[in-house]
Amino acid sequence: MKITVCIKRVPETEARIRIAGDGTSIDPAGLKFIVSPYDEYALEAALRLKEAAGQGEVAAITLGESAAAEQLRAALAMGADRAVLLKGAVGMDGLATARGLAAELQGSGADLILFGMKAVDDDQQQVGPMVAELLGLPCVTAVAELELQDGRIVCHREIEGGFEVVEAPLPAVVTVTKGKHEPRYPSLKGIMAAKKKPLEEKEAQVGQERVRLLGLSYPPERPPGRIVGEGPDAVPELVRLLREEAKVL
Amino acid sequence: MKNVLAIAEQRDGALRRVSQEVVSAARDLADALGGEVHALVMGPPGTTGAAGELGRWGADRVRVVEHEAFTQYNPDGFAQAAVAAARDGDYFAVLVPATAAGKDLAPRLAARLDVPLATDATAIAIEGGELVVTRPVYAGKAFARVALEGAPRLVSLRPNVFRPQERPRAGTVERHDAGLRPEEWRVRVREVVAAAAERPDVTEAEVVVSGGRGLRGPENWGMLEALCEAIGPRCTLGASRAVVDAGWRPHAEQVGQTGKTVSPQLYIAVGISGAIQHLAGMRTASVIVAINKDPDAPIFKVADYGIVGDAFEVVPRLTDEIRKLRSGE
Ligand SMILES: Cc1cc2nc3c(=O)[nH]c(=O)nc-3n(C[C@H](O)[C@H](O)[C@H](O)COP(=O)(O)OP(=O)(O)OC[C@H]3O[C@@H](n4cnc5c(N)ncnc54)[C@H](O)[C@@H]3O)c2cc1C
Ligand SMILES: Nc1ncnc2c1ncn2[C@@H]1O[C@H](COP(=O)(O)O)[C@@H](O)[C@H]1O
Repeated sequence: MKITVCIKRVPETEARIRIAGDGTSIDPAGLKFIVSPYDEYALEAALRLKEAAGQGEVAAITLGESAAAEQLRAALAMGADRAVLLKGAVGMDGLATARGLAAELQGSGADLILFGMKAVDDDQQQVGPMVAELLGLPCVTAVAELELQDGRIVCHREIEGGFEVVEAPLPAVVTVTKGKHEPRYPSLKGIMAAKKKPLEEKEAQVGQERVRLLGLSYPPERPPGRIVGEGPDAVPELVRLLREEAKVL
Repeated sequence: MKNVLAIAEQRDGALRRVSQEVVSAARDLADALGGEVHALVMGPPGTTGAAGELGRWGADRVRVVEHEAFTQYNPDGFAQAAVAAARDGDYFAVLVPATAAGKDLAPRLAARLDVPLATDATAIAIEGGELVVTRPVYAGKAFARVALEGAPRLVSLRPNVFRPQERPRAGTVERHDAGLRPEEWRVRVREVVAAAAERPDVTEAEVVVSGGRGLRGPENWGMLEALCEAIGPRCTLGASRAVVDAGWRPHAEQVGQTGKTVSPQLYIAVGISGAIQHLAGMRTASVIVAINKDPDAPIFKVADYGIVGDAFEVVPRLTDEIRKLRSGE
C-alpha cells in the first residue's frame, strides 16, 4: 500500500496577516508557518491506513520554496517515511500547482493520493480534484472517514445536512476534512528519526500561472458595535433593535 | 463570448436557493456584457418540470440533463454534463455555486476545460471588459481581487452572499443527453445519510444560533434549540470548535476556519469567546449578536449588538421575547 500525502506550508491560523507595500503580497515578517491543518488530517488518515494494513509506505510531497522543507520534516516526524520537495513558486492558480504535483505523481505507483480539503492560506479548495483529473484518477472530496475494502476506498463525504457514503476503485485521490481523529503530535523519537529519513529536493514543473492577482485588501471594517446592556433586562431592547434597526427579526 | 452559463442545483426535484443566487449573478454579468444567461440543471428524470422556474431569475435558456443516477450529486457524471454544456456555448464565464457539490465539480471542470478557477467569490464585476473576482483569503483576514486568463472564466460563488433578484426572461427549457458515458463513472454514491434535522444546513440558514464552551455541556443545548424554534424554520444551530472537539455537537455544525463559513442575515453567538479561527467562519454575517458573561471577550469586537450576561438567564428571556413578537405578528 503506497500512500502519498500532498501538504502545503501556510501561515499559522492565529497569525495576523499584514499586506505588504506592493499591495499584492503578504508581509512575511514575524509569520510562523505550519502544515495546513487539513493536510495534517490527511496525513493522520494515511498513517492510520498504513498501520491498519500493517505495511506500506507514506510519502509527503510539497511544492514551494526551500523553507517548506520544514513542513516536510514535520510530516516525517509525525510518521511519514519519505518526503519530496518540489521547488517552485506557488501563486493563486490552483491548476498551475496541480500540474506541478501531477508531474511528480504521474507513474509514481501510489495507490492512494491524499490532499487536505483546502489549504488555509488562499482557501481555494481546488488542487486535489484538479490533480485527480490531470492523472485520470477517481476522486472523492471532503472526506471525514475512510477505509479500504477489497481494493476500493469507502468514504464518508460531508454534504449539506448529512453525509454520503461514497466508494471508488484504487488508485484514487481523496481530499480530507476534519474527522474523528486528531492529528498525532510527533514524539521525540519521531523527531529524531525524521532527521534520518529521505527528503529529496527537485525543481518543480509548475504550469503557467493564469490567475492575475490585482490586489489584496483588508476586509471592510464592521461598523463599531455596541453593548446593549447587561443581563436579561437588556433583552427587550435587543429585540427592538433587531426588529426596527437591523430588520432581521 | 458574451453569454454566461450558470450551473444550478436541485435537490429532490426542487431547485435550491443557491440556484437563484447564481442565475441572478449571471444576469448581472450578462447585462454588463450584452449577452444571455444560460442555466444548466442536472438531476433525475422529472427535473425538467422545476427547471423553467429559473427564467424568473433571469435565465434566457435552461439546459436540463437528466439521468437516473442524478438523484444525488454524481461527480463523474456531473462533470461530463457540465463540460459538454460549457464547450457548447463559447461562454464568457461559467458560474458554479460553492456548495458541497459545486466545490467538488468546479475544479474538475477547470482541469477538463484547461482554465483557471477562482473559488468562493463574494463579489464579481465587469471592469474594463474584464471579469474581476473578489474572494476572501486567509480565512477572511484579507480579500484578493483576481482576473482569470482563459475562457470561459470559471468562478464559484459563496452561498448566501449574492442576493436573488427577480428579472423574468423566457427561461426556455431544452433537454440534452450531453453524451453521458456512465461506463466511465468510477465514483459511486452508495447512500445519502441525512442528519435527523429538518432545519437548514448551517451554510444555508438565514439565522444561525451558535453555542460555545460557555454552555458547559451538551445537555444545555435544549435552550438554544428553543431559541431556534422561536425564531422559526429559517434558523439553524451552529457551534464553536471547542464544543465539537468535546463531542457535544457534530462537526457539521462547526463554524470557523476548520468548519463551515457562513454568511447568514443574523448570527447569534452564545458563550463563544470569538477566537480568530471562529471569526473566520462568521465575520461576513450581516448582523452579529453576542451573548457572553465576559465584557472583554473578543466576540464583542465584531458584534453589532452585545449583551454582557449569563447565557442561562439571557437566552430563555430572548426566546420568550421573540415568541411574544411572533405571536403578535
Ligand atoms: C488550526 C486551528 C483551527 C481552528 N478552527 C476553529 C474553527 O473552525 N472554529 C472554532 O470555533 N474554533 C476553531 N479553533 C479553536 C479556537 O482557537 C478556539 O479555541 C475556540 O473557538 C474556542 O471555542 P469557545 O469560544 O466555545 O470556547 P472558549 O474560548 O472557552 O470561550 C467560552 C466563552 O464562553 C463565555 N462564558 C462562559 N460561561 C458563560 C455563561 N454562563 N454565559 C455566557 N458566556 C459564558 C466565556 O466568557 C468565554 O468567552 C481552531 C484552532 C486552531 C489552532
Ligand atoms: N503547493 C502545494 N504543495 C503541496 N500540496 C498542495 C499545495 N497546494 C495545495 N496543496 C494540496 O491541495 C490541497 C488543497 O489546496 P487548495 O486547493 O489550495 O485549497 C491542500 O490541502 C494540499 O493537500
